[in-house]
Amino acid sequence: MGLAVLLIGTRKGLMIARSTDDRRTWTVDDFQFLNQEVYSVAIDTRRERPRILAGVGEGHWGPLLTYSDDLGKSWTEPEEPPIGFPPGSEASVARVWQIQPATDQQPDVIYAGVEPHALFRSEDRGESFALVQGLWEHPDRPSWVPGGGGACLHTVLPHPTDPDDVLVAMSAAGVYRTRDGGATWHAANRGIQVAHVPEDQRFPEFGQCVHKVAFHPDRPQRLFAQNHFGVYRSEDRGDSWTAIESGLPSNFGFALVAHPRRPDTLYLFPLQADAERFPPDAKLRVYRTEDAGENWEPVAKGLPTEPYYAAVLRDAMVADSGDPVGVYFGTRLGEVYASRDDGDTWSLIASHLPDILSVRVAEVA
Amino acid sequence: MTSRLLLPAALRRYAGDQAEVEMSGGTLGEALDDLAQRLPQLERRLRDEQGQLRPHVLMFVDGVSVRSGAPMETSVGDGAEVFVAPAVSGGRS
Repeated sequence: MGLAVLLIGTRKGLMIARSTDDRRTWTVDDFQFLNQEVYSVAIDTRRERPRILAGVGEGHWGPLLTYSDDLGKSWTEPEEPPIGFPPGSEASVARVWQIQPATDQQPDVIYAGVEPHALFRSEDRGESFALVQGLWEHPDRPSWVPGGGGACLHTVLPHPTDPDDVLVAMSAAGVYRTRDGGATWHAANRGIQVAHVPEDQRFPEFGQCVHKVAFHPDRPQRLFAQNHFGVYRSEDRGDSWTAIESGLPSNFGFALVAHPRRPDTLYLFPLQADAERFPPDAKLRVYRTEDAGENWEPVAKGLPTEPYYAAVLRDAMVADSGDPVGVYFGTRLGEVYASRDDGDTWSLIASHLPDILSVRVAEVA
Repeated sequence: MTSRLLLPAALRRYAGDQAEVEMSGGTLGEALDDLAQRLPQLERRLRDEQGQLRPHVLMFVDGVSVRSGAPMETSVGDGAEVFVAPAVSGGRS
């Protein structure tokens, strides 16, 4: 790797870390959006000049979706608001939860997931976004409820080769999929339980509190999901799900990341329980499976051994494309840990930061 | 009608670092529509995309809060002062 950039979105701004020695050392050398929350960040490397996009909460002054074409030194806010509900829709964007570049086939398409539950699509690399009406007008929408973090559409997974096939995940509405470019959507939650309702209602068509979904680009039919009540795998792109939590210390958590080259490898950060949001037994550990969830092992070499009580949020863990792969996670204690050997060993690469909300990484030169 | 919009420090960079800007319009809604034409990045920080005051933005017309009722229908006379402030609410540590 030449220059690698790590974006660390926090409750009080965006920290930018850089590495020029194949990810051995990182320097946090830039701090943007002082005192503003950065729930979503993305690095779009599909064009020659990388573009960084950030979903910034300006507190009293509302949400902002902005971008930088010089790796974070300066930021552009379009004259026209880049994202917003159409007049008369009686909704306004409260927060941008996810920014997801589409596939290489559509190098100017970028998706944004927002609160309240909605998906927006840009065809000009984030200059302007249009509401995906098919999802907004879905007949299930009046029954969707917010999760603890809000009514957020937090995950967008475009199919790597079929641009009409996009999957989204929403708290607490569940997983939905379109196969016609967003015109129509169907719930994709069969087999995922809702554990806190009467027993005969635990497998509804929708309403599951999905926390994060990931997939491997070479096997897009296989999905992994961390839900409020369980960890699941699908082999048919969401048509059905099977629990894969046996061997994990807990089935609760937020963050999970797929290995970029090994379809059977997944990284997960479990938490003790929904009412105890810290690492199980206060041990800071990532759990790794190398057989698609049949078996799990804690990988913690290099992580702190003293009790650790901070959680990792849904977008605060990520993998790079290096070989061996680098895995990164940021905690609510403001620390970033990284592995550059597929998760075998870890080191602290940034600390004393604000509460970390989102982490993204890319090789940019 | 021409009124003066008085800005807190946090918003002045969206008005060319000025502490106040002029607006035209007989109601607050019309005045902010006028502002949106000239300084859209400032206006969008005061109102959402449906034209409603953001939840934690306070606005006073000649010293009277406009939060209750229909804020955008508030009359804004010639020479009126429209004062903007962030509410104490809405923050977190």
